[in-house]
Parts: sequence; C-alpha cells; structure tokens
Amino acid sequence: MLVQKGKVLALVGNHAVAYAVKQAKPQVLAVFPITPQTTMLEKLSEYIDKGELRAELIKVESEHSAMAAIFGAALAGPRVFTATASQGLLYMTEMIYWVGGQRVPLVAAVATRAIASPWSIWDDHQDFVSKRDAIWVQMMAENVQDAYDITLMAFRISEDPRVMMPVMMGFDGFILTHTMERVEVLPDSVVDEFIPPREFKLIDFDNPLGIGAVATPDNYAKYRKKAMEAMERAKSVIKEVMANFEEITGRKQYGLTECYMCEDADYLLVGMGAWVGDMRVAVSRLRERGKKVGLLKIRVFRPFPREEVREALKGRKGVVVFDRAYSFGSGGVLSLEVKANAYGLTTPIHTVVAGLGGKDVRPRDIEGALEDLTEGKLEEERWLA
Amino acid sequence: MMFLRGNAACPGCPIPKELDALLEVTGKKTVLVVPASCTSVILGDTQGGQPSTVPVIHSAFAAAPAIASGVAASLRMRGEEDATVVVWAGDGGTGDIGFASLSGAAERNENILYVCYDNEAYMNTGIQRSGLTPYGAWTTTTPSGKKEFKKPLPLIVAEHRVPYVATASIAYLNDYQSKVRKAKSIKGFRYIHLLSPCPPGWRFDAGLTVEIAKLAVETGVWPLYEIENGEFRLTSISKVLVDKSKRKPVEAYLRYQGRFSKMTPEEVKALQDYVDKMWEEIREMTKK
Amino acid sequence: MIDLSEIPVAKPAKGSAGKTGTWRVLRPVIRYDKCTRCRLCIMYCVENTIDQEPNLYPKIDYDYCKGCGVCAQVCPTKAIAMVPEVK
Ligand SMILES: Cc1ncc(C[n+]2csc(CCOP(=O)(O)OP(=O)(O)O)c2C)c(N)n1
Ligand code: SF4
Ligand code: SF4
Ligand code: SF4
Ligand SMILES: [Mg+2]
Repeated sequence: MLVQKGKVLALVGNHAVAYAVKQAKPQVLAVFPITPQTTMLEKLSEYIDKGELRAELIKVESEHSAMAAIFGAALAGPRVFTATASQGLLYMTEMIYWVGGQRVPLVAAVATRAIASPWSIWDDHQDFVSKRDAIWVQMMAENVQDAYDITLMAFRISEDPRVMMPVMMGFDGFILTHTMERVEVLPDSVVDEFIPPREFKLIDFDNPLGIGAVATPDNYAKYRKKAMEAMERAKSVIKEVMANFEEITGRKQYGLTECYMCEDADYLLVGMGAWVGDMRVAVSRLRERGKKVGLLKIRVFRPFPREEVREALKGRKGVVVFDRAYSFGSGGVLSLEVKANAYGLTTPIHTVVAGLGGKDVRPRDIEGALEDLTEGKLEEERWLA
Repeated sequence: MMFLRGNAACPGCPIPKELDALLEVTGKKTVLVVPASCTSVILGDTQGGQPSTVPVIHSAFAAAPAIASGVAASLRMRGEEDATVVVWAGDGGTGDIGFASLSGAAERNENILYVCYDNEAYMNTGIQRSGLTPYGAWTTTTPSGKKEFKKPLPLIVAEHRVPYVATASIAYLNDYQSKVRKAKSIKGFRYIHLLSPCPPGWRFDAGLTVEIAKLAVETGVWPLYEIENGEFRLTSISKVLVDKSKRKPVEAYLRYQGRFSKMTPEEVKALQDYVDKMWEEIREMTKK
Repeated sequence: MIDLSEIPVAKPAKGSAGKTGTWRVLRPVIRYDKCTRCRLCIMYCVENTIDQEPNLYPKIDYDYCKGCGVCAQVCPTKAIAMVPEVK
C-alpha cells in the first residue's frame, strides 16, 4: 500500500487521542472526568454533539461504572472506549480485571498521573503499571503522534481474534495530554480500512451464554493458561499490526521496543513514556563526547518484550533503568521487569527513580546518571527526590 | 420453561421460580445482568452449564446497573429495542454496595428493568446483615438481632422519579407477573422489589417458602403496590389492608422464622408499631 | 469467529448442578385420588420439577425434585404427602 499522507494538525495529546477514537468509530463510550484526562472527554462529547462521532456517551457516576458500562456494551457487539487516570484507574480496578478475565476487546486510554495520598495531579507511572497483571495489553506513548498512532493500533490489536483482549494506551499526564504537537492524522477512509469491522459479540438470543459464570478450579486455571498463551501470541500480532501501520503511514514503528544508538553501545539506558524524548537527547550528547551509550525504549509493557530486552542487555557493561513507578519494599517497577529478564547475564542493572508526582526531571539529570554509569559512579538505586 | 431444573439453589429457595416467572413474561429476548449473590451460584458454571435459557452477564458486586446501561445502549445502537435488559440483584447488591450505581442508572433513566430479589441479608456469604435486613432479625453479624430498621429502598428509588416502581411477592404470582408485564411495556428505568424468603437464612422449614411470603403480605410487613409515573396504588390483597383490622398481627409472620425467635415482646411491639406507622404513610400516599 | 473455548461462558443445561433429586430427604408423593388438577403445585414448585400430563394431572420429575415440600404445603386438598426417602 502506498504511504497515505493525511492532514497535519497541531493537537494537544488529549485531542489527538480523541481524534483517533473518533476515527475508530466506537459506538458506545462511558467516561468519567478526572485530571489530566478531562479535556479528552470534553472533546469526545463535542464530536458526538456535532454528529462527527455517531456514538452514545453514557454519563456514568463513577469510573467503576464507566468500565462496567463499556464492558456490557462491548458484549453486545459494538466497539467501545473509555479513558481515565490515577484515582479513576484505581477505582475501576475491579472492572479492569473483570474485562481482562472475560477477554473482551476494548480500548482504554490512561493519562498517567501519580496516586494519592497525598494529592497530586502530576505525572508518574504508578497508576499505569499497577494494572500489569489484569490480562490487558499495555502500550505507552512517547509523544503526541505516538499516542495517536497507538490508539488506532490498539483497536485493531484488541479485536484481533488471536488476541481478543483489552488494550490500555498510556500517555504521560500533562507532559503529553496538554502539550500541543504536530500530528499527522490519517484520512478517515484509511483508518476504516486499517481497523476491520468488529466481530466480537457474546450476547446472542439464539445462543444464550452465561458470560463469566463460575469456573471450577480446573477450569479457572485452564482459562488463565489460555490468557497467558494469548498474551504471548499478542507479541507477534502487535508487530504485524505495527508493520502494517508503518507501511500505511511511512512512520517507523520499530515493534515492542526500540533500540536507539544501540549497535556498539557499552552502556544502555532503559525507559518508557514521554521522557524517552529527553533520553534521546541525553544519549546523543554523550555520544558527542565519545561515550558509547544507547537507549532502549519500552513501548509495549504487556506483553513484556522479554526476548527483545534480554537481547538488548547482552554484552553491555552497564544498564540504567529510569523508573517513574516504584514497588515499595522491592524496587523500581520497570527495573524489576528488566532484571527478571537478565537471568544469567552479568551486566549490572542500576535504577534511577525519578519524576514521581511530576517532580521535574531535567535532561541533564538523565545525562548525569548515564555519565555516572559510564564512569562507575552510579549507585545501584538512585532517587532523584 | 425458561429456567431449567436441577440447579444449585437450596431446597425451597424461591429464586429459580421467581426467575422463571420473570422470563416467562419478558421472553427469549432478555439479557440478565447478575451481580455477586446467591444467584451467581444458582446460575451454574462453565462446565455444568447454566439453568438460564437467556443470555446472562455475570457482574462484579457493585457493577450490574452500569453493565446493564451499557447493554441497553448497545441494543439501542443495534436497533434491538424489543429486547429487555434485566438486572437481577440481591438486597446487598442493590441497597448497599451497588447503591451508587443503581442511583446513577435510575437518575439517567436507563432503559433497564431492575429486579431486586430481597432475601434480607447477604446470603451468599453465609447470612450477614445488610441495609435491608429487618429490625429484630438475627444474622451472623447481628447475633442478638438487628437494631436498625430496613432501608425503604422501593421508595428511595421512586424518589428518583423513574417511570415505574413496584413491590412483589412470590406468593402472589399473578400480581408479580402482571407487574413485570407492565414494566416490560414501559420505557426507561423500571424497578421491582421482590421479597424473597430464604429457608436457611430466615431459619424456617423449606416447605414454608410460599406460606411465609404470603404472611409477609397478610400482616402488612410487605405491602404490595406500584408507583406508576408518581402515582401510588396498592395492588392485590394489600388494597384492603389499609384497614388495620384486616391485617394479621406481625407476630403471625415472625412466629415461623428462627431469625426472629429471640425478639422480646417489646421488640415485637416496636416492629408492629413500625408497620402500623408505615401503613399510615401508605394511606397518605394513596390519597395523593 | 470467536473461539468460545478461550473465554469463560456457560451454555444452558438441565441439571447444571447434577441430578438434584439425590439431595432429597423427603419425597413428595401425589395421591391422585385426592388431586383436583388445580395446578397450584405446578405453579409454585420452586424448582420447576412438576410437569403437567396430557390428562392434566401433575407429575413430579424425581430426577431433579429436591424434596423441599413447597408443593405439599400449597396443595389445597393435601393430596401431596412427604414421605421419607428409603435409600
Ligand atoms: C466487592 C465484593 N465484596 C464482597 C464480595 C463477597 N460477596 C459475594 S455475594 C455477597 C453478598 C450478596 O448479598 P445479596 O446482594 O443480598 O445477595 P444474596 O447472596 O443474599 O442473594 C458478598 C458479600 C464480592 N463478591 N465482591
Ligand atoms: S441461601 Fe437462601 S437465597 Fe441463597 S440459594 Fe439458599 S435459599 Fe436461596
Ligand atoms: S396442588 Fe394438589 S390438587 Fe392441585 S394439582 Fe397439585 S396435587 Fe393436585
Ligand atoms: S418437593 Fe419441592 S422440588 Fe419437589 S416437586 Fe415439590 S415443590 Fe417441587
Ligand atoms: Mg440478600
């Protein structure tokens, strides 16, 4: 297929995602306001009000109900969508697991934000990573374009019969949700072709099913194993969808991870989300000073790109993982994931915990930690707090 | 037969019959949304199958009205508005943990028929008190009897100004089914509150299920009524019970149930007074 | 197409909890000489286990009847006796 040049727009992250959602044509939405997601909800309401999106927006009274409502709606056939952040994501936790366990294809956007107490409306990844065990595909955007792209791909991945699973698109609160960037959007007709009509439907009056009925221990374990297998299958499906998307857009999609300036790197920086942009700058600067450093971006958090990560770690003299979420009593969440896949390798893996609750992380903090790593001066775990 | 025999309900449990009677009216194009409750268990398992002959969506404890809202929206989108979306929930799922979700769906006037089958405690977890457990009743968490009165849920739902609210009883099947029939013909949020005696939870002999349900109505403890577009109307035998002399003493209802066996004469009187006062209020409502 | 084996669902089945007739301690026995074919037992059997015969008499499905005794209680002519199961 020829590269499809769409319009170029200047959009804040929330509006870029709303635009992608509009193009994916969900028929039922249920969204509850929460900073920094709210302006997406407002944009979607506007699209519906103007008739640009033919959908029902259920004005639910909580996030628990938002996820519940789109779950019910999705069972009856239509494509559905919700978005939330932080406390809202925690509040819908029970239904997040419910949807994952039932293997219902749907898409949720999470404008990442710190978790209270104490109150904070600013960015970190604690909310997003807390849903890692819920049978959801989880992808994270680096910039506004990426948030748009991933949102479109999310619908296709989710509804692929080989996957049949909800997808969560994470993008950093304020840093992406409220920042205006240049976004290339696809023509609607191209999106129509990219996301085939949805087939999933469980409510059928001629084949009445008990959806989510009790499972005996044997059966429960069997369904969980099937979910594990589907999650593994999702890896190749995601790559396939990304490859197709790259073909259509001409924008490089890489896959589950992206390795930047990695080839001859002795030292590796690992990160996920919007600050990967700053990390690219840090890596380039150190390269200019002759340091052999590279960057591994985690784009897909679930299924975790075990093979890619392990491959990327091999032969490095040192690795530092930047974490915007922490498992208290254990370690940085992304670090733990990386370490779990470094089994048998001797590469030391360091952690920098930074950006919690929106704490400013300057490119020179990143550069500094990376430089310290190359000079053997980086602690096993450093807190920028 | 819409609800198949050989399910997991306790002997004497009215739930299978209540569901069968409901589905007989709403028909094949019904979706049942069922939150955590005894009914979740009665509805079978993925291997042995389910007694329901219509689609069922199992729900987290607090989520049923919201799930039903989503289903209703989808059916509207699909142009299948002849189907009935039913929430079938216990008193705990309705009046306690699911209360916000219920209130939200009622306020939005979702196109849902909500049936609360009220066995007056959390039975699935082994008889703990709920907000709808009546005054004086023993449960495992009210070992010396509940000190508070039952939450007046049908009236609270009616305060949402929904088009239809009714109470019903398994002992008065015609009344129950005609209310379901009426509810089915109305669009918007409809609510039926069904008193559902539970032999093990209320501590009575399983053969007495229908008898107990009947006594609840005859003593006036459970008035049968409907509120259609704000208009209150007593139904079935409750019509004559405004006259106190026509009502049996509440003692006649309490007598057969072990859960009330420890009530003192003062407590029985307090309950009788409560019931009498409720009927005074009902008399006022019928005048409006 | 959705692969239904992938996802937790139940299909309609009689006897989802097995042959519940084995739960019975007391057995309802209809004395047809006393039966007036009023159908009340059929209406109120909470388990739906009483069928109506072509001759309009009730017939209990003992494979599934749980022996609760509701039918015996509602029968206006006391035509149903609850008798101990002999095992
Ligand atoms: C969030 C949550 N809390 C607690 C439970 C445990 N639980 C399951 S059913 C139930 C009680 C249900 O009571 P009710 O709604 O009255 O239905 P019943 O079992 O009496 O039919 C409880 C406490 C649960 N499943 N989910
Ligand atoms: S505990 Fe009560 S409500 Fe629950 S199944 Fe048994 S009889 Fe029915
Ligand atoms: S209730 Fe009694 S009289 Fe009526 S049909 Fe049944 S057995 Fe016969
Ligand atoms: S004993 Fe109970 S289950 Fe058996 S036929 Fe009578 S009412 Fe039905
Ligand atoms: Mg209950």
